[in-house]
Parts: sequence; C-alpha cells; structure tokens
Amino acid sequence: MIHSLFLINASGDIFLEKHWKSVVSRSVCDYFFEAQERASEAENVPPVIPTPHHYLLSVYRHKIFFVAVIQIIISFAQDYFGVCSELMIKDNVVVVYEVLEEMLDNGFPLATESNILKELIKPPTILRTVVNTITGSTNVGDQLPTGQLSVVPWRRTGVKYTNNEAYFDVIEEIDAIIDKSGSTITAEIQGVIDACVKLTGMPDLTLSFMNPRLLDDVSFHPCVRFKRWESERILSFIPPDGNFRLLSYHVSAQNLVAIPVYVKHNISFRDSSSLGRFEITVGPKQTMGKTVEGVMVTSQMPKGVLNMTLTPSQGTHIFDPVTKLLSWDVGKINPQKLPSLKGSVSLQAGASKPDENPTINLQFKIQQLAISGLKVNRLDMYGEKYKPFKGIKYMTKAGKFQVRT
Amino acid sequence: DIYLKQMLESSKDSAKLDAMKRIVGMIAKGKNASELFPAVVKNVASKNIEIKKLVYVYLMRYAEEQQDLALLSISTFQRALKDPNQLIRASALRVLSSIRVPIIVPIMMLAIKEASSDLSPYVRKNAAHAIQKLYSLDPEQKEMLIEVIEKLLKDKSTLVAGSVVMAFEEVCPDRIDLIHKNYRKLCNLLVDVEEWGQVVIIHMLTRYARTQFVSPWKDDEVVEEYSENNFYESDEEQKEKDQKVKNTYTMDPDHRLLLRNTKPLLQSRNAAVVMAVAQLYWHLAPKSEAGIVSKSLVRLLHSNREVQYIVLQNIATMSIQRKGMFEPYLKSFYVRSTDPTMIKTLKLEILTNLANEANISTLLREFQTYVRSQDKQFAAATIQAIGRCATNITEVTDTCLNGLVCLLSNRDEIVVAESVVVIKKLLQTQPAHHGEIIKHMAKLLDNITVPVARASILWLIGEYCERVPKIAPDVLRKTAKTFTNEDDLVKLQILNLGAKLYLTNSKQTKLLTQYVLNLGKYDQSYDIRDRTRFIRQLIVPNEKSGALSKYAKKIFLAQKPAPLLESPFKDRDHFQLGTLSHTLNSRATGYLELSDWPKVAPDPSVRNVDVAELAKEWTGILGKTKKEKPTEKFYSESEEDEDESSSTSASGRCLESNLHLPCLKNSIFRTGHYLKRIRKKFKKSQSYVAAPVSVPTKTHELLHRMSGKGLAAHYHFSRQPGIFGDRMVSVQLTVTNTTDQKIENIHIKEKKLPPGMRMHEFNPIECLEPAGSITVSMGIDFCDSAQMASFQLCTKDDYFNVNIQPPVGELLLPVTMSEKDFKKEFAAKTVHSGSLMLVTVELKESSTAQLIINTEKTVIGSVLLRELKPVLSQG
Repeated sequence: MIHSLFLINASGDIFLEKHWKSVVSRSVCDYFFEAQERASEAENVPPVIPTPHHYLLSVYRHKIFFVAVIQIIISFAQDYFGVCSELMIKDNVVVVYEVLEEMLDNGFPLATESNILKELIKPPTILRTVVNTITGSTNVGDQLPTGQLSVVPWRRTGVKYTNNEAYFDVIEEIDAIIDKSGSTITAEIQGVIDACVKLTGMPDLTLSFMNPRLLDDVSFHPCVRFKRWESERILSFIPPDGNFRLLSYHVSAQNLVAIPVYVKHNISFRDSSSLGRFEITVGPKQTMGKTVEGVMVTSQMPKGVLNMTLTPSQGTHIFDPVTKLLSWDVGKINPQKLPSLKGSVSLQAGASKPDENPTINLQFKIQQLAISGLKVNRLDMYGEKYKPFKGIKYMTKAGKFQVRT
Repeated sequence: DIYLKQMLESSKDSAKLDAMKRIVGMIAKGKNASELFPAVVKNVASKNIEIKKLVYVYLMRYAEEQQDLALLSISTFQRALKDPNQLIRASALRVLSSIRVPIIVPIMMLAIKEASSDLSPYVRKNAAHAIQKLYSLDPEQKEMLIEVIEKLLKDKSTLVAGSVVMAFEEVCPDRIDLIHKNYRKLCNLLVDVEEWGQVVIIHMLTRYARTQFVSPWKDDEVVEEYSENNFYESDEEQKEKDQKVKNTYTMDPDHRLLLRNTKPLLQSRNAAVVMAVAQLYWHLAPKSEAGIVSKSLVRLLHSNREVQYIVLQNIATMSIQRKGMFEPYLKSFYVRSTDPTMIKTLKLEILTNLANEANISTLLREFQTYVRSQDKQFAAATIQAIGRCATNITEVTDTCLNGLVCLLSNRDEIVVAESVVVIKKLLQTQPAHHGEIIKHMAKLLDNITVPVARASILWLIGEYCERVPKIAPDVLRKTAKTFTNEDDLVKLQILNLGAKLYLTNSKQTKLLTQYVLNLGKYDQSYDIRDRTRFIRQLIVPNEKSGALSKYAKKIFLAQKPAPLLESPFKDRDHFQLGTLSHTLNSRATGYLELSDWPKVAPDPSVRNVDVAELAKEWTGILGKTKKEKPTEKFYSESEEDEDESSSTSASGRCLESNLHLPCLKNSIFRTGHYLKRIRKKFKKSQSYVAAPVSVPTKTHELLHRMSGKGLAAHYHFSRQPGIFGDRMVSVQLTVTNTTDQKIENIHIKEKKLPPGMRMHEFNPIECLEPAGSITVSMGIDFCDSAQMASFQLCTKDDYFNVNIQPPVGELLLPVTMSEKDFKKEFAAKTVHSGSLMLVTVELKESSTAQLIINTEKTVIGSVLLRELKPVLSQG
C-alpha cells in the first residue's frame, strides 16, 4: 500500500510530500533521480523502481512526477481545480493535503469518488473564499457525505438547480497507422461519452442508441446498470452530479474504420547531396461533408537534419533545430485548396542519408460527426417531475494518428 | 516560529487557522515543524472543525517523535469516539490509530473493538483500517485482531467488505478458514463494493479458490504435466489417473459463482479492477473461458503509459502460454513511433509471442519498419525478435536469415552488431544449414566495414571451418593481407581463425597462420601481442610447450552450447499476474503465494451458511443499522434490498408457525435469509418474469347496475406485464351502460389510497351509448399489500364510491425456474418490490405434506399460507 507520496517538478525539486505511515526520508527519491538520469526522456522513466526497502511507483502527468502514487489523484486535481500544475498545487497546499488525507487511510484508498470528496472538503472557489472570510465558515464539511452510505455513492442527495440540463458529448478518437502507400495498417476507434448533468433530485435516466451493436467493448461509470445493458442495450442510470464520463467504448480494428483525412507526401534524401526534398499535402477523405479543422502536423526529423526551409500554403510552421521537431499548424482544410508544405531539408555536413523517413503525426477535429456512425436515439428521464433541457454533441478527433513515409 | 506560536495561542480562530495552514504548508514542503508540538496539540479540542482537522494532520506526522506530548491529546479522541456524529467518531478512530505511540496500544485495541460493532458502517470501515495500523505497530496483538477481523468479515455492508479483506490480507492471510462462511456473501456483494475494495477482494478470492477447488483445466494439459513430472510412472497408472480426472471433473457451483460474479467487472472504468478480474480468469477459469478477458485488456492499452506498461507485461506473460487469446488483437500491438521505448519493446515482445505460420509474413513486413526506426535501441530489439521468430517458425527461418544478412550492411553499428549476434545464434541452433549461409557471409566480408560484424563473421568461419574447407583458408588469406589495418577486435578473430585452421587444415594454412602470428607478435596493442603468444604456445609444438598443446584442438574446437532464444517472460507465470512481484520478476516483500490446485477438493460444505445463525445476526446487526440506512432503494441489484428486507424481518421477527392439519402436517413461514440461496439461483432470470400460464376469466363486480344508476362496472386481473410501470398490477375494467341514455365523461376521482399505493387511471370515456360497453385498462400499484384501493367512479353528473381489493395471488408474478426445481418448489416475486417468494410443498409419509412459504413480506406470506392450505387440502 502507499506509504508516502512525493511530487517532483520538471527541474527535480520535491515540492510536496505526504506520508500515510511512518515518515520515509525524501532521500529515497534519489533512486528515482538516478533512473531519471539514465532515461533519455521523461516518459522513459520506468514506472516501477525497486529499491532495497521500498518500491517506487512513478506517474508522469502535466510535467510533474507523482512518485509512489496512483493515477486517480491527478484526475481529482483536475476536477477540483480545473488544472493540475505545480503552481496550482503550491497555492492550494492545505486543500490538497486535506484531500489526500481523506483519500487514503494507512495507504489504502478510502474514498476516491470525487463527488464524495467534494462534500467532505469543498473545492475552493473565489466566491467561497469571500464568504468564508466574512462568515468564518470553513471548507471542511462536518457531515458524513450521504453518498458514502447510500446505494448510489456517486450522487449527493439534495441536489438543486433552477435550470435543469443534461448534456452529452460523444467524442471519438481514431487511432491509426497508415503506411507509405496510403493504405491503412491498423485503425481503431476509441470513443467516450462525457456527460454534464445538472438535474435536481434523483433523476433516473435512460439513454438509447440507434445502433448499439457498433459498440464492441464498453466500460461504464459505476452508475450504469449493467444488466439492463446486457439484455436491452440501453444505458440506464442515476447520474452523478456534474461532469463525469458515462461510458467509454471501443470499435475494434476488425470493423472497417473510415479514415477522414489523407496525407500525400514526398520526402527524399539523396546520398550525394546534403539537400533533401520535403513536400506534404493534407486533404479530406470520407468526412461525410463535414469540415476538418484544428489540423496540426508534427514530425520528428532524423538526427542528421540541420535545418528546413519550407513554405506553407496556409498556417504556420516551426522547426526546432535542437529537438528536430517539425510542427505545422494547418487550421481548417478547404477542400478546394488543399493545404501543403513544401521546401528543402538540409543535412549536417558529412552526415549520411537517414535510413528512415520520418513518420508524420496528425491531429484534427471534426465537429458534428461520430466517425463510427454511432447515434444516440433518445434520452428519457424518470423519477422527477420537471422537464430537463437535453443536448447532445458529436465530435471526431485524431488519437494516435500516424502516417509512415 | 515564535510568531506562529503566538498565533496558535491567540483567542481568535481565524488566527489559529492561519497558523495551522502555514504549519501544514511547512510539513508538505518537508520542513521540520516539530518544535511547535506543544502549541499545536493544545488545539486538538478546538470547536472549529477545520482547525481540528489540520491539528490531526499535524499529529499524525509528529506524534511518533513526541510520544509523551502526544499522550495529552488521547483523552480528546476517547471522548470523540463517543460523539453522536459518525463522521467525528470515524475520524477520531483514524487519528488515534495513526498515532504510532506504543503506550496506547491497549486503548487502540479497545477502540477498535468498540468501533467494530458501531452502528455506522462508515465507522466499522474505519475500524477495519485501524486493524492494520495496530498490527504494524504491535504484531503481538495478532490474536485479538483476528477476532475482530472474523467479526467484521461477517458484516453485510458493502462499505466494510473491501477494508476488512484488506486487513485480513495484511494480518492473517493464511487463515483461509475465516473466509469459508463468508465466501458466497463476498461473491455476491462484489459488484456493489467500491472499486479499490473490489481489487483486494478479487485477489484474495483468487488465492482462496486455488486452495478450495480442483483444477478446471482440460485433461490434455494435465496429461502434459504428468508426463513431465511422473515420467517414471507406468503408462497404465497414468491412464488410470487421466481417466479419473476426466470422469470426475464438474465445477463446484461456488467456483462458478465466483467466475460469474466477477465477469461484469471487466466493464469497470477502473483499470485495476479489470486487471484483477483478468488475472482471476487466468488463474481460475477453464482455459476455454479465459479468452473473454482479452478484449478488456486490449481496451486498457488506450490509457496512460503506466497502465499500458503493466497491462502489456501481463499480456506478454499470457501470450506465451496461450497465443490464441490475443491473436485476434494482433494489430492492436503494432508499435507507434511516439510510444516510449519501454512500451515499444513490450509490444514487440507480444508480437513475437503471437507469431505463427499464418501471420508471420505480415509481422515480418511490420518488423521491417521497426528495424529502420530512429530509436536504435528498439531497432536492436526488433532484430532479436526476428531471430526468435526464425527459430520458432521453421518455414521462415531462411527468409529471416536473408533479411538479417541484408541488415549487416546497415550503417548503424547497433543494428549490425545485433544482426550478427542473432545470425550467429541462429546458425548455432541450426547446425544443418551452415554451409550455404557461411559461404554467403564470407562473400559479404569484402563489403562490410563495421568491426563487430567482421569479427563475428570471422568467428563463424573459424568455428565451422570444417564445413567450408575451401573458403576458410581463402578468407584467412584475404584478412592476413589487411591485418595491419583492421580493428583490434577483428585482429583477435583473425588470430582465432588462423589457430583453428592450423589445427584442422595445417597443410594449407600453416604458413599463413605463422605469417599472421608474426604480425600479431609486433602489433601495437599488448592485448593482441598477448593473444598471439598464447596461441603460438598452444598450437605450434616445440620443446617448451607443455602437456596442454596435446589438447589444443579440443580446447579451440569444443562444442559450444547454443545460446537460447527465448522470451524474457517465459518464467514469469510463477508469480500471480497483476502483482508487483510479477512486474519486477522477483519476489516482493509481502507477496502471497498462489497455491497449486488441490488434487482433491476440500469439503465444500464448509461454505454452507447456517440459516438460524445468520438470521440471528441479521436481526442483530441490521436491526441496529436500520436507522442510519437510507430506506429508499432504487439501485435495484439484489444485495441492497436484501439488507432492507432483513431490516423488515428484524422488525417483524421470524414468523414461524407450526400448524397441524389433517393433510398438511405443518406449514412454516420463514423470512428473508433462506431466500438468499434462491435469489442466487434466480439471479439471471430474476429480471424476467415468466409469462402467465393461465389468466383467470373470473370477473369481480365493481359497481352493480342498481347502485350505479344504470352504470355497471366489472373488473378482472389481466395478468399482463404492467403497461403503466413495472410495479403496477394491470386491471381491466369493463363499463356497461344499462340505461337508455348516453352516459358521458366517465372518469375516476377522489382516490383514497393507503400510503405508498398509486393508481394509473384510464383515460376518461367521453361517451357511452345505451347498452354499449367498453373495456379500459388501468394500473394499480398495491404496494405489495392486500389493502383496498378506494376511489370514485364518476360520470358527468353523478359519482359512486367503489373499491378494488386484490386477491393475494394477483400481487405475485411467476418467476421462471428449471423443471427440476419446479417439481419441488414454486417461485414468484411481488409486483411492487420484486421480493422473492418461494413456495415449497413436501410430501411426507402417511399422506401428510409440509407447506413452506419463504418470503420477506410477512403479511402477504401469511395470507398466501392461509389461502393455499385449504386449496391444497382439497386436492
């Protein structure tokens, strides 16, 4: 079980420590620093490091290392404060500390449901800070959250809103590897339904799909009644209050996945000359008439590349000669005038021609489209009398989308 | 510091709070704040809850260092343990047990004992946590603590289950006997326990199952193990044994229960839970069923790198033994250039494990991309992987070898070195094909410049010089020419080659070798001069050379063991999957061994729970908790209503009536607990109510035409599934107009319903022609009681008081069950709450029979008993 937690920033300072059992000297982190030195990049540090007396577990998020801790803590931080940064943690040291205290007892998770934590220790807001200073009340709740004891631990009782609304975002990410010739090697869709539900009382919702068979593998928020899904393919649940992830699903590689964009590329190096050619064009494909936007192209150039002289037809590009990372912020794709980036690559003097052309990573967004074709049929509410405002949004994004060249 | 002290001693809470916040800030940064202990500890009794909490934080950090002063705070906690607010009781227990001061061990022990029978499950949960803390402070308390664990294990609250199992694992993991009676309960509670508790319980149950059930794995695998372990046994004996295994295996229902109840958890959003279920299936499920976990594990690959790392490691171990599990997901393991190196190598490992004749060509094409990767460490690993594929799948050995040979001309040294090493290994494991490839490599020697590669080729030619008798001397000739310009590494191998050739083919190579030895003698590197001297003494006979030179050939050309090309994950399955030990591939402290399946299953009846005992406990524990339990229950799954039902049973007590009848010897009416077994049985079918077998045509009169001024109404129970809601009983109402005028606007008004009862009215009938009749349906939720539903039936200008009383049978819905069970018993559930009801008729000797009705609903139960008795007696 978790003994202690250290938070370490990018420059290697321990800026927060918390112990659940006897105090462990912070010198234990030296083992971690050693491993960090050995690893060339932050993300190559092994997640588990054995030391003579302890085992160090590290999690790397938002440029902070959480040594000896579990991931859930980070998601709490985002939930509580909106962002998770060193500055934020330093500013809210006491709240962070109190929450950590509530989350684990003797290193064993006690309460990690953020709804419950929010009731125990109220998240700081400007308004509450003002109120507290005036009235002298506190952030610390003195009642046991009702959720802890109820059958629906994820929902507080006594929720009240003047505007009752329920929004659902269907967000799909395409993970794909496209080979040199443009054919798909592997493509999968990873989807989530994120919800923002602000409803009074104890509403009981059901959400049904036009085509539930598409969902190959699903994981649910604990609120979803599994049996109902098994038998009827309907999501039936009493939602938590506020933002939560209702469902994540997977449309597997076996199904045919539509690829909404293509990349035409011509990257070549010659043995004789120190100049290479570089040319890429991005275009839409199978987008069901929707605009592809937020397009961003990044590519890790080989070590031998000295500089690149490129002209984009639209957007801005940067080549960092130190990290050899090329990034091109394309923006929207206009199908009539496809964006392209052309120019030359200069190699270091004496460097030999690289073995491999760089892979191209793509990011993009398509609003109002779920690429798998998933469609929500209807949302119904039982158990409460009022009429809620309902909304649903679709979006497709690139996940790990790579084009080999 | 003085300033802080002053603030703490000030009379204002705001100043104190500010000071405490700063102190906690200091602790968080790792600064020493122990000097303030006396000033801080005074505030432990503060009325302000926020100050109090911060003082708690401080105490937990420093009490161990300042034991004497810490004792000052103890009485405050002892008082708080009796507080009416459960949150305060719980936090007092938490802090008290977190203060690591040995003197207070007896106080802690007492507090834990008391808290373990607290009314609040939240406090009991904290008691379970405190057990581990006390145990680590003073292991001598073990026996007493086990008693508390035993008690808490019987707790029915989902809140407590995870924590007490954790305590069990820490304090007495070997006391399997404590689990027996709670096994089924834990299995059934599992879905409703919070996520981290689920993880702990699943791991514990995995270990438990491996000690209690026999292996469900198919015979062929068992046979394999036998032939390995007991090869000395005669065939006949073995056959007998196999026969035995084949004939006797049927899965224990409890074993099945565990598998069934954990399966839905694969859909959990928590990666740890999914991983825990996956390892449970791996270790416990029949091999044919383990496959269902693959999909979920593959899903986890989309989470963070740390989760990926652990999941991939486990998949790597699984994929060695059971390729089939992950073959369909091959493409999910394809490597992306943006993956961290450790993830890349793990994926590669899995791809290699999954390689077979069918997919190898696709895989090799994919590997070609990896070999060119900019991440050279990964490229090198890929070459190793190709080597492994080549040895495992004989069809592609040659293709792989050719591919590897091509790589020898790669510009990158790591790639070349790795290729040569792998080729070397491949050739050693495949002595048959040597000649051709060695010849090919000898030709390549002219072009290859990388020293490691040249050296390796020379070693190969030397090692197998007898198989390439013509080429070897020629290679020596060529290299002798370039000797002075070669790298040290290559020079050493030239000497080596010379020596071997001298020993096998001295006629052709004697002069050449001597020439090379002379060059070596005057080389700049002393390493090479040393080696030259050593070789010369060994192979060239002269008067000084000792007895060793006789054995020169044996020394140089000894058969060298072929290096093994196997997965680094081969032996990892010694460790339970999903554990830290498995990740590290070494025993971590606190690792609990997973035992082998027992040959013969221990007595399964130990898990049977004594009914009477249970009932007593339920009335005890749950009767008390009733007040704090929310009485609403919308989260249907079985367990919560069980809790609730038992509280009703607590209030209604066990009704047990022994009636003596001419035909029915006695009839017993039992409550809740017995239903548990049945509920389990019906878990699947529970939500589905069987269609009614017979629908009675009998109608009841609602309103006689005389008293209704010509309006008559009849109703009957249609036994349709409730159209207006699950809990409604459908009633069909037939209204007839016996007057000679139209009756307008027939509707319902003035409902007088007992609390809880609801009614779904029919839509008003606008107009009913003379002599016309119309049938409408309505729904009534009788709330599982036999009380009347009274209302007014109104027309445009008149109204009549009417009421409907349901026969008890109409409040029940039949539940499907197997034919076998049906012969003995009949099951139904109530319409409103879905409480199960089980009717058993047992024929006794001398034409008497026993009628038993089990239900939680005491009233309905007794009415039903009353009504059934005469009916059965007649038959």
